[in-house]
Amino acid sequence: MALRALVGVKRVIDYAVKVRVKPDKTGIVTDGVKHSMNPFCEIAVEEAVRLKEKKIVSEIIAVSCGPQQCQETIRTALAMGADRGIHVEVSAKDYESVGPFQVSKILAALAKKENVNLVLLGKQAIDDDCNQTGQMTAALLDWPQGTFASEVKVEGEKLTVVREIDGGLETISLKLPAVVTADLRLNEPRYATLPNIMKAKKKKMETVKPSDLGVDLTNRIHIVSVEDPPQRQSGVKVETVEDLIAKLKESGHI
Amino acid sequence: MYRTLSTGKHRGASTLRRLLSTLVIAEHDTQQLTPVTLSAISAAKRLGGDVSCLVAGTDCTKVTEQLAKVQGVSKLFVAQDEAYKGFLPEELTPLILEAQKRFSFTHICAGASAFGKNLLPRVAAKLDVASVSDVIDIKSPDTFVRTIYAGNALCTVKCEEPIKVFTVRGTSFEAAQCSGGSATCETVAPPAVAGLSEWLQQSLTKSDRPELTSAKVVVSGGRGLKNGENFKLLYDLADQLNAAVGASRAAVDAGFVPNDMQVGQTGKIVAPELYIAVGISGAIQHLAGMKDSKTIVAINKDPEAPIFQVADYGLVADLFKAVPEMTEILKKK
Repeated sequence: MALRALVGVKRVIDYAVKVRVKPDKTGIVTDGVKHSMNPFCEIAVEEAVRLKEKKIVSEIIAVSCGPQQCQETIRTALAMGADRGIHVEVSAKDYESVGPFQVSKILAALAKKENVNLVLLGKQAIDDDCNQTGQMTAALLDWPQGTFASEVKVEGEKLTVVREIDGGLETISLKLPAVVTADLRLNEPRYATLPNIMKAKKKKMETVKPSDLGVDLTNRIHIVSVEDPPQRQSGVKVETVEDLIAKLKESGHI
Repeated sequence: MYRTLSTGKHRGASTLRRLLSTLVIAEHDTQQLTPVTLSAISAAKRLGGDVSCLVAGTDCTKVTEQLAKVQGVSKLFVAQDEAYKGFLPEELTPLILEAQKRFSFTHICAGASAFGKNLLPRVAAKLDVASVSDVIDIKSPDTFVRTIYAGNALCTVKCEEPIKVFTVRGTSFEAAQCSGGSATCETVAPPAVAGLSEWLQQSLTKSDRPELTSAKVVVSGGRGLKNGENFKLLYDLADQLNAAVGASRAAVDAGFVPNDMQVGQTGKIVAPELYIAVGISGAIQHLAGMKDSKTIVAINKDPEAPIFQVADYGLVADLFKAVPEMTEILKKK
């Protein structure tokens, strides 16, 4: 059985950027800041492409929700090997109130509409750090979930997933269709080559609205404020190991 | 008229009681309660109301005994069934929904561990509510504080969902006391088996050292250790300090140590009394996992390493000399 895969990708502030809180405490400064694909989403795309290369997956649909710029993120997924893209367009203003629950409703609706049997996502976005969307999507579809996956194997109608848990690893078996969220160790994402980037420009990208999918974006969790975390007081440099141990003794740590 | 009024009053009082009922999903390994559950209970107590706990598993006897004594827990719901082997969310979710249907909790929470993160969003979506992850502070029953952008911003959110579903950062709440409690215990019949998933096996990293997320002292190594064998230097030092050993992503990716040792945004969050970072540069993603430690020590040969900006005590030195030296001095005491 060849699988049809839906991969969710999110556009976030690049992981290496030091973020700044807006002076009015309403959020983070995003204008003019480098954005890229969420690192965990890259891993999800890579896994889907590898499954396609193994002829387990027949088609990969990359989807992203958000403003116009998300199309760049979808293009990146297409350049990595996804077959076509769906941009669920949400205006920048409306997007501010969109959270994992709203995105999972969109993904669940698309999974049904596109008749996919595998949804691949990253385990968390590095901006909101929620770690919810995959689990919620699985719940809405009533599909099993393989979260924090570091290994995925398709065996007939079943999926064997090795998961990263607190004490080590665990292996579970899921009935397809299923939702999988990628951990860092799942794979090493490839770089899109220039020819592939050029080819990706010709790949199909469809734009839909959440309302087309029957999804209401109302979020009942509101941001009250966003603030800088407390700053640590600058410390001291010590010259020798003896000094270090003396300081730690003084402060009662050893 | 009077009757209507009194009914209204009665309803009002019961709504008030309803405002104050929290279900904590207990995490355990059938032998022992996971420490993060005790933090979740403390967080639940902060909400100001009745706190109940749900214990599900193939064997709940020991954990139920432990939980019954935990201060602040008034009721225990116990569901023992073979279906809960491996604590699969596909099986636990219907059970929690069943409990919710019967008791109409206003809050459902668990520790923000791999278990809680896996389970609670599934429960929330089934309840048709958005949920709040990794809460570090509770301002009021509907207002929570959490970190975003790898701990580089604090976000206060107001949750207007009828049921608040959230996970709790263990290091942000004291553990509830394990004695003095007297919870009543009720058995819950498990709902039908979902059968969507199956737990096959686990391979846990065995260690005599304290558990990473609850250790008082943590010694962590990074790329600077150069290889897995050299981590022995850190194990020796950790032994002298009764410390847990952690690692940066670089050390995990390079295969020096298993990934359950990773401290950071995508690994574990720790906040020990003392955190000793050895050969770790201090990338944003690593700092996210340890910058709430009470005292931070950095040992690094690069004086420009960002880790020195958060370290209380910094030693610019070659770790291969400094760490064994430290171990020797500590041995002599």
